[in-house]
Amino acid sequence: MSDVADRVKKIVVEHLGVEADKVTDNANFIDDLGADSLDTVELVMAFEEEFNVEIPDDAAETIVTVGDAIKFLEKNAA
Amino acid sequence: MFDLTGRKALVTGATGGIGGAIARALHAQGATVTLSGTRRSALDELAASLGERVHVVEANLSDKDSVEALVPAAESAMEGLDILVNNAGVTKDNLFMRMKDDEWDTVIAVNLTAAFRLSRAAVKNMMRRRYGRIVNIGSVVGSTGNPGQGNYAASKAGLIGMTKALAAEVASRNITVNCVAPGFIESPMTDVLNDKQREGILGTIPMGRLGTGGEIASSVVYLASSEAAYVTGHTLHVNGGMAMF
Repeated sequence: MSDVADRVKKIVVEHLGVEADKVTDNANFIDDLGADSLDTVELVMAFEEEFNVEIPDDAAETIVTVGDAIKFLEKNAA
Repeated sequence: MFDLTGRKALVTGATGGIGGAIARALHAQGATVTLSGTRRSALDELAASLGERVHVVEANLSDKDSVEALVPAAESAMEGLDILVNNAGVTKDNLFMRMKDDEWDTVIAVNLTAAFRLSRAAVKNMMRRRYGRIVNIGSVVGSTGNPGQGNYAASKAGLIGMTKALAAEVASRNITVNCVAPGFIESPMTDVLNDKQREGILGTIPMGRLGTGGEIASSVVYLASSEAAYVTGHTLHVNGGMAMF
């Protein structure tokens, strides 16, 4: 597992208070991990902070699973 | 009750009659307060009279960059922000048919758009901390209207709607958003009234007197306190009975 994936999963576990083994690449934030729309905004903010990157709204809308977040951040994070 | 020790508050328009009273009251309950306004000397004077736990950040709320810099400046001065009081307001009264675009734009920008931008900035960290209090200072005319104040009434009615929408969005994070709507209050804004105008106004107020800044401030203290945790999206009218809802 990449370093980015580790950091993403750690943030998701902390923010949503879910078990680490539920946070798979295919896990959907809302359907599988119980996030509400505010949680997803908070997650995006937390990713921005952790990876020192700006995630524009149109990109944020495409991040619906843990894997989406990892992919985006691997490509865009400094 | 209403102890604000350790809380960090930002008050806009802190040099005005009502804003100064709000800043003093929050400070008296133990909060650290950042005073914001356009007049540096008046801000410094108020800060000096309060002594410790006070910061000053100048800001011109009709200027977007100045607005956007305010919350980060207050957060860095106080190492956090728990209470935002959007108090700053201006009037540019004119009869509707005579109202200029810039009279409309300025009032909406300062009274409504600045409150939107400041709330947007403040709520981010409040969400992280799972605690926050936003109090918007509206006006009775936002609910009743007033001839000559189409712009002002629209801005204050806008604040009420914005308050409710934001309150619904962030309630699950222990952030409350409320409005205090003053009626006629003793302040530089009402000092300019002549005796006849004053008499006419008093005739519409069952309590037979103008309100004081302190009476607005104590309502703000309540809404900013932990005790008001279950009150959100509300508009608290403080007007001596001149309009009842």
